[in-house]
Amino acid sequence: MLGNLSEKFEGVMRKLSGQATISEGNVRESMDEVREALLEADVHYEVAEAFCETVLTEALGESVLKSVEPGQQMIKIVHDELVKLLGGEEAMDDEGRPIEREPIMYVQPGPTIIMMSGLQGSGKTTTCGKLAGYMKKRGKNVMLAACDLQRPAAVTQLEVLANQVEQEVEGSGKVMFHGEPEKCAEYGQAVGVAVQVANRALESAKLQGADVLILDTAGRLHVNDELMGELRQVSNAVNPHQIYLVIDAMTGQDAVNSAKAFHAQLELDGVVLTKFDSDTRGGAALTVKKIVGEPIKFIGVGEKLDALEEFHASRIASRILGMGDVVSLVEKA
Amino acid sequence: SKTREAGPTAQLRNILVGKALSAELIREIEKLLIQADVGVKTAIELRKDIQAGWERSEITTGTDAWEFLKSQLIAYFPDEDRQIHFAESGPTVILVAGINGAGKTTSIAKITKSLRDEGKTVLLAACDTFRAAAVEQLEIWSDRLGVEVVKGKQGGDPAAVAFDAADAAVARGVDCLVIDTAGRLHTQEHLMRQLTKIKNVVGKKIPGAPHETILVIDATTGQNGINQAKIFTQASDVSGIFLSKLDGSARGGIVIAIREELNLPVKFIGVGETPDDVQPFDPPSFVEAMFVE
Ligand SMILES: Nc1nc2c(ncn2[C@@H]2O[C@H](COP(=O)(O)OP(=O)(O)OP(=O)(O)O)[C@@H](O)[C@H]2O)c(=O)[nH]1
Ligand SMILES: Nc1nc2c(ncn2[C@@H]2O[C@H](COP(=O)(O)OP(=O)(O)OP(=O)(O)O)[C@@H](O)[C@H]2O)c(=O)[nH]1
Ligand SMILES: [Mg+2]
Ligand SMILES: [Mg+2]
Repeated sequence: MLGNLSEKFEGVMRKLSGQATISEGNVRESMDEVREALLEADVHYEVAEAFCETVLTEALGESVLKSVEPGQQMIKIVHDELVKLLGGEEAMDDEGRPIEREPIMYVQPGPTIIMMSGLQGSGKTTTCGKLAGYMKKRGKNVMLAACDLQRPAAVTQLEVLANQVEQEVEGSGKVMFHGEPEKCAEYGQAVGVAVQVANRALESAKLQGADVLILDTAGRLHVNDELMGELRQVSNAVNPHQIYLVIDAMTGQDAVNSAKAFHAQLELDGVVLTKFDSDTRGGAALTVKKIVGEPIKFIGVGEKLDALEEFHASRIASRILGMGDVVSLVEKA
Repeated sequence: SKTREAGPTAQLRNILVGKALSAELIREIEKLLIQADVGVKTAIELRKDIQAGWERSEITTGTDAWEFLKSQLIAYFPDEDRQIHFAESGPTVILVAGINGAGKTTSIAKITKSLRDEGKTVLLAACDTFRAAAVEQLEIWSDRLGVEVVKGKQGGDPAAVAFDAADAAVARGVDCLVIDTAGRLHTQEHLMRQLTKIKNVVGKKIPGAPHETILVIDATTGQNGINQAKIFTQASDVSGIFLSKLDGSARGGIVIAIREELNLPVKFIGVGETPDDVQPFDPPSFVEAMFVE
C-alpha cells in the first residue's frame, strides 16, 4: 500500500518532470510534506523540525537534484535518516542475515535486576509479565516483585500474571513472585514502602536463585516530585542493572516531557513502547529515542503475555511515515 | 486534591499580550497549538484564521490574537449540558469505555464519589472479566466508596455481567448503575462488537439505557485519539468524554480535534488518582491551561 506521504512526494516531484533540474525550492517543498506527516504521527514539534533540517542538508548534498527518480530518492533519504535516529538497522552477518542480538544483558552472578518505570497506565505491570515469559522461554528463572503498593489491586494483578506465565508459557525457566499486599495503602499513604519491598524482594531472589529480578513500580507523573523521589530511592536501594521506561505508543507531544524527566531522574537504559497493536503511527518512538538515547528494546503488541516483540527500526520508520514497506517501495523504483 | 489553574505564566499569553503581532508570532501560535496536541489540521486552520484577521486589520496586536484564539477555542465547547443525563425514572445507566489503561476504572471511582456526594445510590458492574485483577481493583474502590458491585467470573461474558447488573439495579431500586468495561483498542473489531453487545443488553433491560456512554481519553494521547473517538462512537454512541490525567504536563488538546471531527462534548476532567480528583469540564480554564508553561 502506498501511503499518503509518498503520493504527496510524487506530486511535488512530478510537477518538475520535463524540467532539466530540480531546484532546492522543490526539495524544500517536499520537506514541508514530511514535516506535516511527522507531526501527524505525533513526533514532537522540535524533533520534527530538527529532523527536517538534517534531511534537507543531506538531500541537497546528495544526488537528489540530479536524480532521475527524485521522489524515490527523497523517500529513501527520509526513511534512512529515520531508521538511523530510531537506533539503526540490525547488524547483518556475511550472508545478509540479521545477527541475533540479545536485547537484555544478563549479569553473572545473578540476579540481573530490572526496574520498570513510567506514567500511569502505560503498561508496566503487563510488560513485567511479558518479559518474564520471554525469559522463561530462554531458560531463565525470573522473580517478579510488586513494588506498586498504591494502585488498587496492583499486587494481585502482578501475582496473577506471574502465575499465568508460570503455568502457560513453555520454557525451562521458573517464574516466582514477591509481593506484600498487606503493605498496600490508599494513594499517597504508602510512599517509600516500595523501597523496603524492593530490598526484601532482592534478598528473596538471591535466596531462591533467580537469574532475573523484575521490579514493577507504581505509575507516576514525572511532575510529581514525591513519587519520583520514591522511584529514585528504590533505584538507589537495589541498584538495578537496567531501568526501563514504559511508554504508550499512542502518546502525543507530551512524550518529550515525560521521557526527559524520567531520564533525568533515573538514567534510563532502555525503552519499551506498548500498545503498538493500535493504529497509532507511533511518532513518540522517535521523540523518546532522541531524548533517552538508549535503545528501544521491545514493543508491546497486545494484552496477551506473548505479545512482546523485539524492536525493528525500519518497520517503525515506515509506520511513522504512514507507508507500507518503504524499503521494497524504493527498491521497486 | 489537585487543582488545575492557569498561572500568571501562561506562556502563549506572555508572548502575545502587549506585543506587536508579526508573522513570526503567528507561526509561534501554530507551534504551541501543535504542542498541545490539537493536531496539525486544526492548528493550521486556527493559524490561517488569525493570519486572515491580521491581513484584514481585524486582529492588529498580540493581545487581539490571544483573545481571538481563546474565544475560538472556547467556542469549540458551547455552553451545553456537561452534566450527566439522568433517567426520568428508574436507574440511570452510565457505561464507561476506552482504550487500555486510559483511566476507566479510576474515573468510575470518581464519578461514583460525585454521585454519592449528591446523595444518590450507586451500583457498579464489573464487566472487565479479562484483565488480571480488574475485578479486584473495582471491588477495592467499591469498598472504599461504600457501594456494591455485581461481578461475574474471570473470563466470563461481560454482556452477561451487564445483564445481571441491570437486573440487580432495577430490583434494588438504585439511582445509578455504572458499568466498568475492559480496556480495548478501537482496532479490535471483536472487542468493539462486544462493547455494542453490552450496550444493547442493558438497553433491553432498562429502557433508554445507557443514558450516558462516557469515553475515557488519556490527556497524553496524541492524534490517535481521533480514531479512538470515531470508532468508539460507532460502536457505542458515546455521549461525552472524561479527559483523564490532566494533572501532568500534557495539555489534552486532542479533545479539540475530537470536537471538531465528532462533536463530542467533554464532561469531566481527571486530575489525580483519588476519587476526589475530578472536576467538571470548564472550557475557559481548560483553554488557559493549554498554554501554561
Ligand atoms: N492492546 C495492548 N494493551 C496493552 C499492552 N500493554 C499493556 N496493555 C494494557 O494496558 C492496560 C494497562 O496496563 P498495565 O500493565 O496495568 O499498566 P501499568 O503501567 O502497570 O499501569 P499503572 O500501574 O496503573 O501505572 C491494561 O489493560 C493492559 O492489558 C499492549 O502492548 N497492547
Ligand atoms: N495522575 C492521574 N492518574 C490517573 C488518572 N486517572 C487514572 N489514573 C491512573 O491511571 C492508571 C490506570 O487507571 P485505570 O483506572 O486502571 O485505567 P483503566 O482504563 O481502567 O485500565 P484498563 O482497565 O487496564 O484498561 C492508574 O494508575 C490510575 O491511578 C488521573 O486523572 N490522573
Ligand atoms: Mg501497574
Ligand atoms: Mg479498568
